[in-house]
Parts: sequence; C-alpha cells; structure tokens
Amino acid sequence: MLVNEKVAIEHGLKENEYKRICNLLKRTPNITELGIFSAMWNEHCSYKSSRLHLKKLPTKGKKVIQGPGENAGVIDIEDGDAIVFKIESHNHPSFIEPYQGAATGVGGIMRDVFTMGARPIANLNSIHFGSPQHKKTKNLLRGVVHGIGGYGNCMGVPTIAGQTSFDSSYNGNILVNAMTLGLVKKNKIFYSKAAGINKPVIYVGSKTGRDGIHGASMASASFDDKIEEKKPTVQVGDPFTEKLLLEACLELMAGDSIIAIQDMGAAGLTSSSIEMASKGNLGIEINLDKVPCRESKMTPYEIMLSESQERMLIVLENGKEELAKKIFDKWNLDFAVIGKTTNTKNIELFFNNEQVANIPVNALVENSPMYDRKWKKAKLPKRNMIKKNLLNKLKIKDILKKILTNQNICSKEWIWQQYDHTVMGDTIQKPGGDSGVVRVHGTEKAVAATVDSSAVYCWAHPLTGGKQVVAESWRNLISVGATPIAITNCLNFGSPENEDNMGEFVECVQGISEASKYLNFPVVSGNVSFYNQTKEVGIKPTPAIGGVGLIKNYKNMISMDFKETDNLVLLIGKTEGHIDQSLFARTILDEKNGPPPEINLFNEKNNGESLLDLIEKGYVKSAHDVSLGGLLVAVSKMCIKGNKGIKFKKTKNLMNEIEYFFAEDQGRYLIEINSKDLPKVSKILDKNSVYHEELGIIIDKEMIINEKTKLTIDELRSYNTNWLINYMSS
Amino acid sequence: MKSSVITFPGSNCDRDMDVALKKFGFKNNMVWHDDNELPKSDLVVLPGGFSYGDYLRCGSMASKSRIMQSVINFANSGGLVMGICNGFQILVETGLVPGVLLRNRYLEFICKNVFVKLHNKENIYFKHLDKDVLKFHIAHNEGNYFCTKDQLKEIEDNNQIAVYYCDDKGQIEDQFNPNGSIKNIAGIFNKKKNVLGMMPHPERMIDQSLSGEDGSLFFKNLINNIK
Repeated sequence: MLVNEKVAIEHGLKENEYKRICNLLKRTPNITELGIFSAMWNEHCSYKSSRLHLKKLPTKGKKVIQGPGENAGVIDIEDGDAIVFKIESHNHPSFIEPYQGAATGVGGIMRDVFTMGARPIANLNSIHFGSPQHKKTKNLLRGVVHGIGGYGNCMGVPTIAGQTSFDSSYNGNILVNAMTLGLVKKNKIFYSKAAGINKPVIYVGSKTGRDGIHGASMASASFDDKIEEKKPTVQVGDPFTEKLLLEACLELMAGDSIIAIQDMGAAGLTSSSIEMASKGNLGIEINLDKVPCRESKMTPYEIMLSESQERMLIVLENGKEELAKKIFDKWNLDFAVIGKTTNTKNIELFFNNEQVANIPVNALVENSPMYDRKWKKAKLPKRNMIKKNLLNKLKIKDILKKILTNQNICSKEWIWQQYDHTVMGDTIQKPGGDSGVVRVHGTEKAVAATVDSSAVYCWAHPLTGGKQVVAESWRNLISVGATPIAITNCLNFGSPENEDNMGEFVECVQGISEASKYLNFPVVSGNVSFYNQTKEVGIKPTPAIGGVGLIKNYKNMISMDFKETDNLVLLIGKTEGHIDQSLFARTILDEKNGPPPEINLFNEKNNGESLLDLIEKGYVKSAHDVSLGGLLVAVSKMCIKGNKGIKFKKTKNLMNEIEYFFAEDQGRYLIEINSKDLPKVSKILDKNSVYHEELGIIIDKEMIINEKTKLTIDELRSYNTNWLINYMSS
Repeated sequence: MKSSVITFPGSNCDRDMDVALKKFGFKNNMVWHDDNELPKSDLVVLPGGFSYGDYLRCGSMASKSRIMQSVINFANSGGLVMGICNGFQILVETGLVPGVLLRNRYLEFICKNVFVKLHNKENIYFKHLDKDVLKFHIAHNEGNYFCTKDQLKEIEDNNQIAVYYCDDKGQIEDQFNPNGSIKNIAGIFNKKKNVLGMMPHPERMIDQSLSGEDGSLFFKNLINNIK
C-alpha cells in the first residue's frame, strides 16, 4: 500500500506530523512504519498535549521509589516492602463494548503492576455514567460492573473500593478507570529498561490476533455517529490466561533471568518493544515470523498494532531461555524468542526474510510531537445569594431523604457485591468505607487505598476542583487511620483542541499539583484520557485520584460505623455554610451555578494530621470525612453502618440549620470518642488550633436532630440502600 | 495431621486455604494438578477459583485433571475430601457428590456474608461443633445447587445435606437463599459423608479482623475430629 498524506490522516496523524515523520526518516515511511508512528504518536501513547503540563506535578518524596515513567509507581512501606500502584482509563472501549472494555481495563492495569514484579493485592475503580434516565445508562452500568467483576474475580484479586457517579455529561462518554495495588520486595522490583546487546527478546502469554488494532488511536479521538463501527477496535479479555501469566511471570521473577520486562498494553508489540529499547538507549530487532499468531496470514502491520491482551515482552539474560521456557510451558503459555537487542538504536523488523521496518527509536520517542495547546483560564464564579426565606420553607427530613436517595450518594452495594472483595483473606475494610484496607500478608501492616473525583467542583472551577480531589483522597485515607503516602491520577477530559477543555485540564493539573505539594502527597503514576467527547460535547472535567496510605498496625484501623451508645460525636473543621455546588443546591434548589467550596490547604493538613495524632493515641472509635452531601449525610452513613443513632446537641450556631447541615465546606471530619476522653481530645485539638465542636451523643437506633425532627435508622437505611437496586431491576 | 490442597490452573483460593489449614495445625502440601500421586494426606481440599477459566462448565475441565484420579480413589477408599466453591463445582463434575451447580438466579456474581445452618452433625466435618448456625462467606457466580427430584429424595433419605442458607437465627427461608439453590442447599455430602462440597468459604472467616471467626471454629473442630 502506498503511503501518502491522506493515508497518514486516516491514521489519525495531522499533516504537520506526517511531514515530521518524513523529515525524521528522510524518506516516505512504508505502511508498517506509518502504523507504528501513528500508534506511538497518538494522544494516548505520546501525551503530546499533556506532557508540558504534567511536568508541574510533584513526583518525588522520601517514600517514592519510582515515580511516573515506568509501568507503575512504587512507594516504600518499610521493612523492605514496597507497593506498586497505578490507575488507568479504559473509557472509550467501555462505551463501545462495556463488558470487554471494562474487563480489559482491569486486566491491563493488573499487568502494569505485576510487570514490575509485584503480586496484585487490591483493585479499585472509578466509574461514571450518564443520567440514569438516559437510555444507554442501565446497560452500560450492568456491562461495566460485570466486566470489572468478570476479570478481577477470576484473577483472585479483591476489589476493595471504588466510586460510581451519574451525570448527564457522561451520556455519550462513560468513564471507566481501574486501579491496582501490588506488593513487592524493595530489592525485587523489575523495570522496563533494556540493557546489554545481543540479549534475547522473548514473547510470552497469549497469541496475537487481529483484535484491538488501533485501539489506542480510537481512544485518542472523539466519538461521532459511527461509533458502533469501532467495535472491532475493542480488545477481548481472557482473565484465565492472565492468571497463568501472573503466576508464570512471578515464578520467573523469583530467579535472576530477567533484564527488562514490559507488558503489551496500548499499541501492543509496538510500544512495548520501543519503550524497552528507548529506556535502554538501544536498538531492537524482531523477527515477526516468530510471533505466535492466533490467525493466519497476519501482516507485519497487524502484528505490530494488535492489542491482543495478556502478552508480555521480556529481555532475558543470555542462556536463560531454556529455564524460562520451562516455566511458561508449565503454565501452558506461548513462549517464543522473537528477536534481540542491538546497538543500532533502531527498531528493525523482519518478515519473510525481508526488512519491513527500520526506524530510529528516538524518532518515535524523544522526537514525538509535543504541543503547547491554547487554553482559557476559568474565572471563579460569583456566589449565589440564597434567600433565607426559601430555605425556611424546606424541611430537614425531606431534604435528607431526597439526598440519601440521590444516585450519587446512595449505597453502591449492588455494585460491589458483584466484586470478590474478600479473596486473599486480608481485606479488613470492605467497599463502602472511606478507604478499602488490606493487610500486608503475614505482617502487622495494612495498606489503605481510595479513589475519588469531584467532577462538579472541577467543572465549576478547575483549579479549586483539582485541589479538592487531592484533599478528599487525603481525608479518606486519614479517616481509616492511614498515613497518606502518594497518589496516582487518571485525568479524564474532553478534547485538548478545545480551549475551554484544555483550560480545564491545565488548571485541574495546577490544583492537583498545589495540593499534593502542600500535603507532601506526590504523584507517582497516572494516565491522561482526552477526547472524552461526542461531537462537540465534552464530559465534565474528571480527574480521578487514587490515594494510598499505610497503617502500621492493622489493629488500629478505624471504620466509620458508630460503635457505642453514650460516646460523643465531634465535628472537626469549621462549617461556613458553603451551599454553592453542593448536592443540596443542585438537587433541592436546582441551582447549578456558583463556586465550589474553597480549599484551605493549611487547614486540610492541620486537621488531618491532628486527627491522625488522635487516632494514634487511641482516642478515636470511629471516623468519617464530611464530603458530598454535607454533615447530615455523613452522620447518617455512620448511623446506618453502625446501626446506632445520635442525639444532636442544640447548636449554638447562628447560621441557618439547613446551611449548617447540608453545606459542603471542606477539611471536615466526624469522630466518635469516649466522653471521658473529651478533655484530652479537646486539649490536643486546641493546642493545634483545630476548630472542633461537640455535635451530639450516640444513642440507640434513632436520629434526633431536634424535638420536631426525628428519624429511625431503619428509615435512613431504606432511603440509602434502595435506589440502585430498584433502578437496576426496573 | 496432613492435608493437601490441589492447585489447578486458575485456582485462586489455594493460598487462602493453605493459610487457614496451617493456622489450625495441619501440615499442608500444595499439590499440582498435573501430578500423578497424592502425598499421604488425612484431608484433601479442592480450593476455590476459576479452574481452567471455567470457560466450559465450571469445574468440568479440572475434574479431568491428572491428579483427580488419585483424589477420586482416595475418596472412594474413605479419605476425606472437601471441595469449597469451585472445589464443590469440581466435585459434582467428578460425580463424587450428586447434583449440579447452575448460575445464580439473578445472574450475578455475589460476594457477601451468609448464615448457614448445619443439617446434621453425625459426620467428621461438623461433629462436636457447639453452634448450629455459622456465619460464612460466599463469592461465586454459579452456586445455584440443583438436582432431580429422585436425587433429592435420595439425598434427603441418606441425610446427605450438609448445610442450608438461613438467617442468623437459623430460619431456612427463600429470602435467605442468595443464589436460588434448591431447598436452600449450601453444601452436601456423599453417601458415606467423607466427601463434602460446599459453596461458602470457611477460610475467609478465620480471624477477628476479617468478617468473623466461625471459620476458625470449623477448622479447629475439624482437626480435632480427625485426630
């Protein structure tokens, strides 16, 4: 096939990018080479619109062993142990084919983690769907949940936490972000940097088929009316093979045969081979006749661009081929020596004894395009004047009922009950808490993880929203008694070619950066997903943050359920009555404008660290951060989980009760303490200048807000649990 | 006491079972599906997971694994064989216990705590247990036990039902049946009661920080009964 500008444009390349290719090669590329360039230079693989801004993120810290740039980030959790983790998007394929799209998203992220030598110990996910009334939503939700479960359950890795939201901005572009944590010994981490010349390059795992060709390019474009035609670009997952691949790789990794290893994810054999060569500053030679193929007569172009799942590329030490083959034979997996490392610094492909491609590696990587896209700075919206007499007409009980029933607040048990969250026998905090927690097997330590996003805040003011998501992640870890260590981010946005969308991206990243710097909560891995857009309509900006923290002794873990009657409930952090962008404003007042609540990073840090101090000293019986929905929703959840009630103290607050109960001011936590500890707890909080107030006392099975407003815990529970079950069965 | 846990390709509760058995005093061996011979064992466990991906009928491929012939011989000669979850599915495929396991009635994977009521204690697995109702954990997609009317009659006549799904008070009603199993059956024996197949996972309930300790009661009691 003849290559020209038209063919290049059909491959998703721009005119100037095609010219750049011809200049770099000093000739016209052939079709295989063009395919390789298009796969490496699309947005998904090259980060061409985002790279410039991602540099602003803080990525270093005392606990960081590996920051962005590898298959996943790595942090130190002491005693020679490390946690490998990353979040990744699989948005575009999941909209086209929800089961396979979500399943292979989970499979891909687990592969990223075990490629580094870590056994996956926990999965999380952040999934976002269109309006519940939209005709596609129910099927997409069902398909995605089945897909995530289908893959994770089969792998035997517990899914310990997640987040689900509904918003009409996702009607045409759902989001499926999957995160995995793995455990590894610090001295047994594997990297993707090849080293040494004439080292055998090994292909292991599934055979290569025609599935997923141009998957990464598809994920780098907006959707239009013809999206159904894109189904063949979605990969098909085989979790059983991945389970075998996991065990076989870990068995091989126990020895010292591997120099470098890289999974074949987006852009398959192309990106994995080029990445290993590029990091090692080497060349690589591959004989495509040796690649195990599922289908006959596959062309070099197809072999290089296939995104068939469950495959790995390994650079071995010389002479270790037999030993490695034995392990892969035992696990019934394909194994082939397909090439070798070279000193040419080129990628050279051979097929039928002919050279079919020869490209300098640095042309594909260092010389890939980078854009400084135009972007618009967002203004902070003006605050709404909420009329007090309007609030006075509302009843607390009615509002609470409506908010607890809201699709973005209600219990997601219908979802997480379909995920095996207890396999591996170390899950000590299940989904539904502030963070999921798993023990580090055989030790006293435990790792907490959470995934969060606040698209509405980011949409209203990206800079504040970006900060808020990091702060929320930080709070969710602290609420279970974990010391926050680091985050991974999945940046889901519309088209970078649109100045507003690009502005949202730039300012969210700025916000994330500011918050993670201040909180010493660095970003160690992540992924950018642009073009979450159908025709001209993009999603609300949705950076998802995955946070990880450490609990030194798992017996000191905190959960949110109220524990004992007569204990006191304290509110930490000040309530200012910020109603704009709250769930209350949007669902009860139907007010969609205004600024999101302000983030005060000093208070976040101070309040959080003070709470950790209280937890360490053993004063805290239960804790929960106050977030979406406000104070009363947070209290309700603690009541429901603990099957206990609360009698509120008469508030001395001068603000309107409704503002007090439903405002979404940040930096707040609820804690339960024994009443005899109040003086000591107050003293510590006062000393640290942490604002706190006594909210009430725990009683049996009833929430008494004031003499006129009382609800039973069963009532609260039924509001909160039924919405999703009813929705899915209607 | 010696135990053996068989690892099939796709088993994923083999390690959890190993941890549980060792915790309560068994000297456990992990046995590869492709081996010919079982090591000397007082108990053989077929663990949970997705053997061979469960792409054919759940458990059917594993039931034809090389090691299974010696497991079957061991069971036929009176040896104790326990199949949990996928292990139960493998047992029905070998014919060591009657019936089949269909997809859950709401066609969804279910992972949650359940209560099970012990049907009879005249067997080595449950003899001497103080409690009649245990809190266990299920995590499966195909746990909907089914058998023919004739088989059911035979099972009941021979007292082969091991455990029923129930509530915390031991009431066996349809609303406490998580997967649609006939008669709320959660586990059954072979005729001689030396083979037990059960969907719930006792190995996930072996310490206070997990969902409970009724699994600990089960394993402690089991090893004492075998001694």
